Amino acid sequence: MDKVKKQSEFVRVMKQMSKNKLAMFGLIILLAELVLVLLAPVIAPYEYSYMDAMAMQQGPSAAHWFGTDELGRDIFSRVLYGGRYSITMGLFAVLISQTMGIALGAVAGYFGGQVDNVMMRALDIVQSLPAMLLSIVLSTVLGPGYMNTILALSVNGMPGAARMLRAQMMKVRDCEYIEAAQSINCSKFRIIVNHMIPNSFSPNIVQATMGVAHMITMAASLSFIGLGVQPPTPEWGAMLSGSRQFIRQCPHMVIFPGLAIAITILALNLMGDGLRDALDPKLKR
Amino acid sequence: MGKYVVKRLLWMIPIVLGVAVLVFTLMTFCPGDPAEIILGSTATEESLALKRAELGLDDPYLVRLGNFLSDTFLHFNLGDSWMSGVSIAESIKEYLPRTLILSIIMISISAVVGIPLGVIAAVKQNRWQDNLCMVVALVGISIPSFWLALLLVILFSVKLNWLPAMGIGGFKYYILPALAGCTGGIAALARQTRSSMLDVIRSDYIITARAKGVPEGQVIVKHALKNGLIPIITVLGTQFGRLLGGTMILETIFVIPGMGQFIITAVNGRDYQVVQIGSIFLAIAFSFCMLVVDLLYAMVDPRIKAKYSGKSQKRKKVQANG
Repeated sequence: MDKVKKQSEFVRVMKQMSKNKLAMFGLIILLAELVLVLLAPVIAPYEYSYMDAMAMQQGPSAAHWFGTDELGRDIFSRVLYGGRYSITMGLFAVLISQTMGIALGAVAGYFGGQVDNVMMRALDIVQSLPAMLLSIVLSTVLGPGYMNTILALSVNGMPGAARMLRAQMMKVRDCEYIEAAQSINCSKFRIIVNHMIPNSFSPNIVQATMGVAHMITMAASLSFIGLGVQPPTPEWGAMLSGSRQFIRQCPHMVIFPGLAIAITILALNLMGDGLRDALDPKLKR
Repeated sequence: MGKYVVKRLLWMIPIVLGVAVLVFTLMTFCPGDPAEIILGSTATEESLALKRAELGLDDPYLVRLGNFLSDTFLHFNLGDSWMSGVSIAESIKEYLPRTLILSIIMISISAVVGIPLGVIAAVKQNRWQDNLCMVVALVGISIPSFWLALLLVILFSVKLNWLPAMGIGGFKYYILPALAGCTGGIAALARQTRSSMLDVIRSDYIITARAKGVPEGQVIVKHALKNGLIPIITVLGTQFGRLLGGTMILETIFVIPGMGQFIITAVNGRDYQVVQIGSIFLAIAFSFCMLVVDLLYAMVDPRIKAKYSGKSQKRKKVQANG
């Protein structure tokens, strides 16, 4: 019974979204990008670390679509491999921050009162630091690297996710079905996990979609200023950071990795918009 | 109203203390020995030990935390930078205004350009003006500001040679950073303005206003926009937070000596004191801006104002979803 209903809701949202041409456009770009990135070893014309001493800092050509960098590495191949890092970093950071945020928000929203008060004040402290500053400090503490950067980023998204879920939980808390569950002596854990969270986390889905885009930018920014993922790993932000000093001679080294970031974020935003419209019945116009 | 402001200002004290403890604790987990970074890898074991003792790194965590908090908040002694020996208070006096002014310029441009764009889009809904505005906003929101900064440098400094690529000086030096920083804000504000305008534009009071013959311009600005302003102000607040962070990155690109460069250099040099004090000041600045946002809510909405002035009513936390 439960399962059938969830399925239909999912199908309804997907149907609603498929009517939205822009959202579908975003989804197609994103899927295409994912295929390109996953098949990078097959598609990429060169190994991402292969250095061609004869072709350093060349502009785009038939042999090197996006040109080559200061060590003669093919930028097109590096952008493809870099997508693996950038996109998965955004995804995992959001996944972790939403999981932590949902856990916190659920507890705060269900129990309310003093528990809620203490938790929200703690989140106030975290949120009173600009997100970028917190990420910079955290990624210094955790050190550079792929996993550490993901962790540093995910702490940022957590308060937003927690607040979003908490607000929804408070709306749901007084519903009849919660009262019904309580009356048949459901455990608190069961009420929160099985009844309340599924009914209140759809705004978090939208937030997560938009969050991936934001996290990808943040990850790239961190790598750009020398924290986060380090060169020679072909992460997009790290590539930009490395090519910055050659901005006068070879602008193509700066343009292509950034273009990859921009297209990914554009696609994610298009999809997020579509998802929000589909999930929010108020916005049907 | 005055009482509310005082209450908020008092509430900032525990927040700032919390930030101080948080950043201090995080920095103690930092890998790398500051003494070794300051003295270089050739330093002898004795001089390293001396330096550590001088910096107070040998004391237990709680003692150091206590010393740090009492120095900072009771004696207002912000200490010197470990790297350069320059007084941190002096540096912050120079750097913080620069970062804040830059961020405020950016957020002002975002508001001045973004809100009218959103209004136009909402008024001309589903016509070409709407589509154009929304495409511009979507592209604006998708371009990372640091990449845009690099593109602007390529175009205006390298190719056209119109504007300086880095440094500080006259008005000219701020054009590129401001341009790079404000696109995200413009886009976000335009999108929010459009959607909240569309929410109110079909309300009965808009029809009433039109029916009684209020000029269309006034209907849009006084009746529709004013009622849709609350979510726009929320976005303004969250954007300001992002801008402060974004400015930190932009400062490193344009070599502007502001808080961003100050803190990022300190982070790389394990200059704990600078990072801690810098973060505290940024948090204070940020909290003030959030206070301004909350006061703006009261300014545009008399209902919220009434809630603030009410004695027994507990103020409901305004939901910021950022």
